[in-house]
Amino acid sequence: MTWLPRTVFTAEHDLFRAEVRKFYEREIVPHHAQWEKDGVVPRSAWKKAGDAGFLCATMPEEYGGAGVDRLYSAILMEEQARANTSGPGWSLHSDIVAPYILNYGTEEQKKKYLPAMAKGDVIGAIAMTEPGTGSDLQGVRTTAIRDGDHYVINGQKTFITNGQNADLVILVTKTDPKQGAKGISLILVEAGMPGFTKGRNLEKLGMHAQDTSELFFSDVRVPVSNLLGDKEGQGFYQLMKELAWERLQVAISAIANAEAALQWTVDYTKERKAFGQPIADFQNTRFKLADLKTQIQAARAFVDRCLELVVKGELDAASGAMAKYWCSDLQNSVLNECLQLHGGYGFMWEYPITRAYADARVQKIYAGTNEIMKELISRTL
Amino acid sequence: MNGTIPRTIFKAEHDEFRSHVRRFYEREITPHREEWEAAGQISREAWAKAGEAGFLCATMPEEYGGAGVDRLYSAVLIEEQARTFNSGPGFSLHSDIVAPYILNYGTEAQKQKYLPRMAKGEIIGCIAMTEPGAGSDLQGVKTTAIKQGDHFLINGQKTFITNGYMSDFVVLVAKTDPTAGAKGISLILVDTGTEGYQKGKKLKKIGMHAQDTAELFFDNVRVPRENLLGEEGKGFIQLMKELAWERMQIAIRNVEMADSVLSHTVDYVKERKAFKQSIMDFQNTKFRLAEVKTEIQVARVFVDRCIEAVVKRELDPATGAMAKLYASEMSNRVVDTCLQFFGGWGYMWEFPIARAYADARVQRIFGGTSEVMKEIVARTL
Repeated sequence: MTWLPRTVFTAEHDLFRAEVRKFYEREIVPHHAQWEKDGVVPRSAWKKAGDAGFLCATMPEEYGGAGVDRLYSAILMEEQARANTSGPGWSLHSDIVAPYILNYGTEEQKKKYLPAMAKGDVIGAIAMTEPGTGSDLQGVRTTAIRDGDHYVINGQKTFITNGQNADLVILVTKTDPKQGAKGISLILVEAGMPGFTKGRNLEKLGMHAQDTSELFFSDVRVPVSNLLGDKEGQGFYQLMKELAWERLQVAISAIANAEAALQWTVDYTKERKAFGQPIADFQNTRFKLADLKTQIQAARAFVDRCLELVVKGELDAASGAMAKYWCSDLQNSVLNECLQLHGGYGFMWEYPITRAYADARVQKIYAGTNEIMKELISRTL
Repeated sequence: MNGTIPRTIFKAEHDEFRSHVRRFYEREITPHREEWEAAGQISREAWAKAGEAGFLCATMPEEYGGAGVDRLYSAVLIEEQARTFNSGPGFSLHSDIVAPYILNYGTEAQKQKYLPRMAKGEIIGCIAMTEPGAGSDLQGVKTTAIKQGDHFLINGQKTFITNGYMSDFVVLVAKTDPTAGAKGISLILVDTGTEGYQKGKKLKKIGMHAQDTAELFFDNVRVPRENLLGEEGKGFIQLMKELAWERMQIAIRNVEMADSVLSHTVDYVKERKAFKQSIMDFQNTKFRLAEVKTEIQVARVFVDRCIEAVVKRELDPATGAMAKLYASEMSNRVVDTCLQFFGGWGYMWEFPIARAYADARVQRIFGGTSEVMKEIVARTL
């Protein structure tokens, strides 16, 4: 299939992509069905990803990373989306959790966590959402009350990516429950701390190999040195800083997955016959697929331009929101049309299109619902 | 502005040119709109003024009266016209479709005869492909140009011809070999006033009321053999050569038109009140317009990427078709969504949104229908 040439990547990136692709083919794809049954990706896979240099690649070398640009992260996300393996929560670990530690952590925190995260020895998560609080972070109820040299943490989190595996949680808490956004602080909580328990590994519509979980905090005592940032009440602003990049990550995987789905569907419709001819020869199929290709191409050009900007640190929050909303919507509509062209097979779990369809639905929800994205965009009108 | 991806294709010279063009439209074109719509055509004077200002055939070499500039200048002209909803002047067809045929395939004598005067706006060009029974399917052209000694004898009928009524000459698509399909097609220059060549009525249309779209009739028209443009039987191939750029022109226009529609709409909803608040403050307005803004932004980045490719002569026909399809379908959705916010005013001709709505509909039809675009894209699957 011909596309407008992409201009964001250099030859080194392409080389890296080839390695990542091989890694997914060998180490991830063959195991994914089992991991879906298990509801989790094993630690051994995390280790392999760490050994290959695919975790925390953008972190500085002194902290175990490769110090590379975000295009490398984009490649990792694209290849994962292309392989249709939604289990590994590596981009969250590498491109959301690790940057918080790098940006706001003390030297000691960075040294303690980042190299181990890059190796896959420590798995990271970030806990924002609560049963009663989603996109509206100011309503967080989990509290971290100062008691001498410690914070005493109480509360509950849910829908936490990497929740079962997590060794380290960046916890969004209220250090001042009387305040709204200004009362929020980020605190590092380690698995095994007394009072910190992991709840259910949640059953979901899709992403069956992803260990999305509940987390419970009951009088968990954490040293004050585990605060992320130099003072309390900075959490909300810390969470805002890289939102454009975090949301673009959703767009990146959405488009790569839509491209892959289109290719599966083209292949399928060329092979599958109905009424004596390949489905691909029916005009409806041709026009539908042409339309999808066109929409994907436009979104691809858009996301690549956003990537170009994000690498330069110039992507604004509203544009990041546009990319997230537009591409996740597009991914869902593409998968829906593509599934239809698979007929009954499109409903069978063994087919990639089916899993992709189930996996994709949450893209319009997490990282800020698309309704929140529209709210943000509308403020720029 | 937050929520706007910076455009990177234009240089300072283009921006400066744009401000000239903008002033020209404000002073010389927009004030005459109503009068021209009533007349069903613009004035010869406007053509001459555009010529004087250097806004016709700007990409033609200087020796033929142009300014030898790149296609970004054409893009600027198309955008400024679209931005002001002035659908009457057929300047871009004249400058960026008709003139290039003469430049690319004309003899030196033909170039000297037509191009400098076209650049001055002294003569107006058009191209006649469509017939009552043949639209996108050019091979079905019935107009014939039969060789007789030193002449071609032309018989047939054309319709939907942009600039048709005012034109001083036509690039006519005719069959020099009626027994052949595509290979029987040739392009022939026919001057207005040639015996047997008659213009029919200015066609009444849904929109583009100041555009003199017309029927043309050819009844035993004798034109000298030297009026052949390019090679006999090569008309079809000649018509294919610049299709990507020709379709891009429509894409460029549609993105700018949609952008301008959004900006008018935002102004209106901020000012207009209902139920004691401005319409802008309703969540439905905010979300719909956030969607519209995103949709336009995606198309803009995609089309800009295509412009970049077209300037380098690297845009392939299928991608040109995608751009045309995507941008015209997008602008039609946008004008429909936006018109709704104007309530009854949106239905009143005095409001630009009403005219934009009417003008937009044909964008999905001319330059190859959306369905033909999909067919072209489908071949690349």
